Amino acid sequence: MLPYVIFMAIFVVLPLLLILVYAFQDGEGHFTFEYISKFFSDKDSLSTFAVSLEVAIENTFFCILIGYPAAWILANKKYNRSTVTIILFILPMWINALIRTLATAELFSMIEIPLGKGTLLYGMAYDYLPFMIYPIYNILNRMDPSYAEAAEDLGANQWQVFWKVTVPLSMPGVLSGVMMVFMPTVSTFAISEFLTNNKIKLFGTIIQENINSSTWNYGAALSLIMLIIIGITTLLSNSKEEQTEGGLI
Amino acid sequence: MMKKFFAKAYIYILLLLLYAPLIFIAVCSFTEAKVLGNWTGFSTRLYANLFSNAVEGGNSLIAAIYNTLIIALVAASVSTLFGTFAAIGIHNMHGARKRAVQFMNSIPMVNPDVITGVSLFLLFIFLHFTQGYASVTLAHITFCIPYVVLSVLPKLTQMNPNIYEAALDLGATPRQAFWKVMVPELRPGMISGFILAFTMSLDDFAVTFFTRGTIGLETLSTYIYTDARKGGLTPELRPLMTIIFVIILILLLITNIRQMRAARRAAVR
Repeated sequence: MLPYVIFMAIFVVLPLLLILVYAFQDGEGHFTFEYISKFFSDKDSLSTFAVSLEVAIENTFFCILIGYPAAWILANKKYNRSTVTIILFILPMWINALIRTLATAELFSMIEIPLGKGTLLYGMAYDYLPFMIYPIYNILNRMDPSYAEAAEDLGANQWQVFWKVTVPLSMPGVLSGVMMVFMPTVSTFAISEFLTNNKIKLFGTIIQENINSSTWNYGAALSLIMLIIIGITTLLSNSKEEQTEGGLI
Repeated sequence: MMKKFFAKAYIYILLLLLYAPLIFIAVCSFTEAKVLGNWTGFSTRLYANLFSNAVEGGNSLIAAIYNTLIIALVAASVSTLFGTFAAIGIHNMHGARKRAVQFMNSIPMVNPDVITGVSLFLLFIFLHFTQGYASVTLAHITFCIPYVVLSVLPKLTQMNPNIYEAALDLGATPRQAFWKVMVPELRPGMISGFILAFTMSLDDFAVTFFTRGTIGLETLSTYIYTDARKGGLTPELRPLMTIIFVIILILLLITNIRQMRAARRAAVR
C-alpha cells in the first residue's frame, strides 16, 4: 500500500503542485504574477480560450443531441437485442484517433468541403460521440422498466413517460458523458489542427506550443487555468451526480 | 413498424458515418498512391512493403510500432501488478483515509491528457530526469494504474472475505493464501484491467508527446503526428491500420459470440 501511495504522490500530486509552482515563477525561479496576468491581458490567449469553451459547449450539446437517441434506441429491447451493435459503436475508439481524424479531413477535402469550424465540430462529435453514448446506454439499460410501466398505468402518454421518467432517471449517465466530452474537447490539440488546417486553435494547442517553445512558465500558467476549470466542472457535476458504478468496457 | 424502421435507420446511418473514415483508409490501402485519397489502380504493394520492412524513409515506422508495443506491454504489466496491490490496500482501508486515496486515484482519470502530460513534463524537468523511454513508460504507468484499481476493486467487494482466512486457518502461509486463493478470485478483474491499461497506452498521444524528450523516441501516435505535420502520411500506415482494425474486429466478435452462446446455454438450462 505504501509504495502505491508514494508512487501516486510523486507522479500525480507533485506534478500538479509543480504546475502551480511554475505558473507563479519567472525564469530565475522568483515569485511572479507575470504569467497569470499575461493570460488575462493577451488578446490571442483570451480569444483562444473563448473559442475553446464555445467549441466544447457546442460539441457537448451535439453529442447529447445525437448520442441520447442512439443510446435510447440501443437500450430499447424493441429495437435492438444484439450487443454486437453496441460493440460496433465502441470499436472505432481502438483505432488511433489521429489517423481517423486525418482520414476524416481527407474525406472532407475529397467532397470539397472547406476545412473550418463546421468540419472541426463534425470531427469532434465524431471522436467523442461514443463517450457520450456509452454511459447513457449503461444507465438506460439497467433502468428498471417498471418505472415507465407504472407511469403508463397512471395515465402518462409516451412523451410524458420519456420526458418525466426516462430522462430524469438517466441524468447521471448524461452527466458522466458530459464530463467525458467537455474537458477533453477544450484540451485537445492535434485534432483541431488537422481538422481546420491550423485555422482554429484550441486551448490545448497553445499549452502545447508554449511547452514546446520552452516558455514553460506560461504553459504552466495556462495549464493552471485549465485545472481550475476542471475543478469547477467536477464540483458542479459531483453536487448533482449520485455515485454511480459502471464498468469501463 | 414505422418507428422501428426509423430507429434502425438512425443507428445504421450513425454507424456508417462512424466507419466512413476507416473504410476509406482500408480501401486506400489497396493502391500505391502516395497521397491518401488518390487511386492509381489496385495493388497490394503497401502490404508487401510493410511486411518486408521496405517502408520508405527508413525503418522509423517499424521502430515506432515496436516502441508502442513494448511501452504498452511494460506499462500494462507493471500497472496491473501495482494496481492490484493498491486495490487490495484500498479495499482494506476505511473512512477518510480511504476516500483520500480513492480521490488521488481518480485524478489521472479526470485530468485531460494535456494536463497529465504537462504536469509530468514539469516533474521530469524538476527532478532533472532525462526524458526518453523511462519517462514515457513511467508516465504511462501513472495513467494506467487507476484503471486497474477500478477493475480489481469490484472483484474484491464480490469476494467472500472468509475464504482468505479459511486458507490461513487450514495452514496456508499468507503468501500461499494470496497466490492460491486471492489471485484466482481477482483474475478476471486483473485481466480486464490489463487490457484496459494496454489499450490506453497504445492509444495515448498527448502524454507521450510531452514526456518523450528530445532523443527522437517515436510511438505510433507521435509518428503519425510528426508525419502529418510534415505533410502527407507514410502510405504504409494505411495497410497497418487496416490490419489492426480487422484483428480487433475479429477478436471482439469472437469474445462476444462466445459470451452470447454461454448466456444462451445458461438460459436453456
